[in-house]
Amino acid sequence: MTVKEIKEALGARFICGEEFQDREVHSACGSDMMSDVLAFMKEKSVLLTGLCNPQVIRTAEMMDVVCIVFVRGKMPDETMIEMAKEREIVLLSTGHRMFSACGILYEKGLRGGAPANG
Amino acid sequence: MGESINESMNEKIVLKYDVDSNDFTRAGEASSNVKRRLKLLGVDPDIVRKVAISLYEGEINMVIHSYGGTIEVIISPEEIEMILTDRGPGIEDIELAMQAGYSTAPDNIRNLGFGAGMGLPNMKKYSDEFHIESTVGVGTTVRMRVFIPKE
Repeated sequence: MTVKEIKEALGARFICGEEFQDREVHSACGSDMMSDVLAFMKEKSVLLTGLCNPQVIRTAEMMDVVCIVFVRGKMPDETMIEMAKEREIVLLSTGHRMFSACGILYEKGLRGGAPANG
Repeated sequence: MGESINESMNEKIVLKYDVDSNDFTRAGEASSNVKRRLKLLGVDPDIVRKVAISLYEGEINMVIHSYGGTIEVIISPEEIEMILTDRGPGIEDIELAMQAGYSTAPDNIRNLGFGAGMGLPNMKKYSDEFHIESTVGVGTTVRMRVFIPKE
């Protein structure tokens, strides 16, 4: 799935990184706990989160996240946007809540990682 | 920072960073720099990720729990060694602290997306060698190694 397809499926809008909209995403993770993201997330992922602070961008950077979707219409501040631009991470914002946003992407064929105990 | 990026991987590169406690905006800057550095050196992306995640978790821990400390990263052709030394309250029961889900982080840290009790387990999971030493009332030292397999 491409970033563009995610954006369209979620009725989201670009905050930054529109030029990378053709990048491929292979899996997804929805979480407000960055420690969990660091524990379980796969590479080339999209991160869906309701958390909005600079550590979200940092976590995404460490995990080579392609795209971050802020749910519930959350908007990152200028510092976060600048950080994301420097790191070529796409930022999207959608009005959907976490559960719905994840559900929509799941329906489109995107999957998370294996179960933690699997 | 400020060193040349044209070094080859033939000799050891030593990077040092100071970490301030409670500075959540800057937390992760050292890990970010190390990650970029390794990328520029052409280190395999999987290895870079292992280093980045273990170091970032360690750096976050220092910001949350310690009174400040230093990070030293030694890059050689065979391995990346990370030494995190902090001044702080120390850890009373390391075995307990190593358990996934155990955390002493306060609520304000949880609101920032951390404090799930996954920091130390993640560091152990992503590094090839993990060693932790702590003295209550003095501080904690974590040593981690990530090996670079020969091609």
